Amino acid sequence: MISSSSSQVIKVGIAQMDVVKIPNTIRTSGLGSCVGVVLYDETKKIAGLVHIMLPESSLGRTETINVAKFADSGIQALIAMLKLEGVQPFRLKAKIAGGAQMFKFTSDKDTMRIGPRNVEAVKRELKKNGIPIVAEDTGGNSGRTIEFNPATCMLSIRTVNQGVSEI
Amino acid sequence: MNHSQKITSMHLDVLKEIGNIGAAHAATALSDLLGKKIDMRVPKVEMVTFNDMMELAGGAEKVVVGIFLRIEGDVEGSMFFILPIQQANRFIQHLINDKNFDFSSNPIPELGLSAMQEMGNILSGSYLSALSDFTRLKIYPTVPGLSVDMFGAIISIGLIEISEVSDNVIVINTSIFEEGFDNSKEVRGHFFLLPDPESFESIFKALGVS
Repeated sequence: MISSSSSQVIKVGIAQMDVVKIPNTIRTSGLGSCVGVVLYDETKKIAGLVHIMLPESSLGRTETINVAKFADSGIQALIAMLKLEGVQPFRLKAKIAGGAQMFKFTSDKDTMRIGPRNVEAVKRELKKNGIPIVAEDTGGNSGRTIEFNPATCMLSIRTVNQGVSEI
Repeated sequence: MNHSQKITSMHLDVLKEIGNIGAAHAATALSDLLGKKIDMRVPKVEMVTFNDMMELAGGAEKVVVGIFLRIEGDVEGSMFFILPIQQANRFIQHLINDKNFDFSSNPIPELGLSAMQEMGNILSGSYLSALSDFTRLKIYPTVPGLSVDMFGAIISIGLIEISEVSDNVIVINTSIFEEGFDNSKEVRGHFFLLPDPESFESIFKALGVS
């Protein structure tokens, strides 16, 4: 995955976000119902990744919110972060992965459908911002670890059963 | 509820006692089921960030066998029983008398999966009935679900409810280990009880520390 020995892997935790430039790559581990959203600029070779847990920041019931936790505020904040790096928003494209349903349950709790709801919210927010989704690997019932390389604009996805694939 | 500020050391002791009683019953049930001696560690009650939570069982990417259920009733929350693949293999091989059974195989043989599911039923049942007896609160567990996957992907479902009100989680963590297994006392499995934020008050009230 990584060619240059001087390159680093930027790690993004749950409900966190960060940006990356070549020759580095950016990675988040163990996505279940969470969604990893990568926004990237092909010409500038800059990308950002946000690991979102919940669809809407209106679900937050705290005084100060961690914007990276929610699809709507997380994508907004990531766009703003990329702007600071000199990226023009209209150049941004997206690749997304995650939103699995790890356990099958018959429960009336909305929590159990959180994966699909997260994916829907991400798509809605990207559409609102006019950012096209170039590739996605969403749904299913497997956990995913993803790593994006801004040099190739490829997102590699590892699952326990299917090994590594690239989109 | 601003649950980070109202928790005192007395509250922590109560939560530890819940972990203690629940896991002691579950460890006994597991010992009976397997005919092996299962010991447990003194429970830890910790308030951790979501990312620190990932480190409690070897990291977000570590592949584990996970049993998950929701609890409903007077107390609501999520409960997990997490085993490393190797330990889950040993238990299930013993239980179904098949030395070749392996959770790493694809697909995983049905018999072993049902045995694991049943083990999850028994362990969570004994943990929660002990908890219910101790607190005299009504607790209804859902049927446990089983997943063999990355720990981060499994545990995050238990963080969803909490993440609406906090960026930290209070986790009642009890570790178990199998005595005599390669002479080490390395931790072999975890029970994680994650009460929903609104449920702490019910627990404390029931035990007279509100």
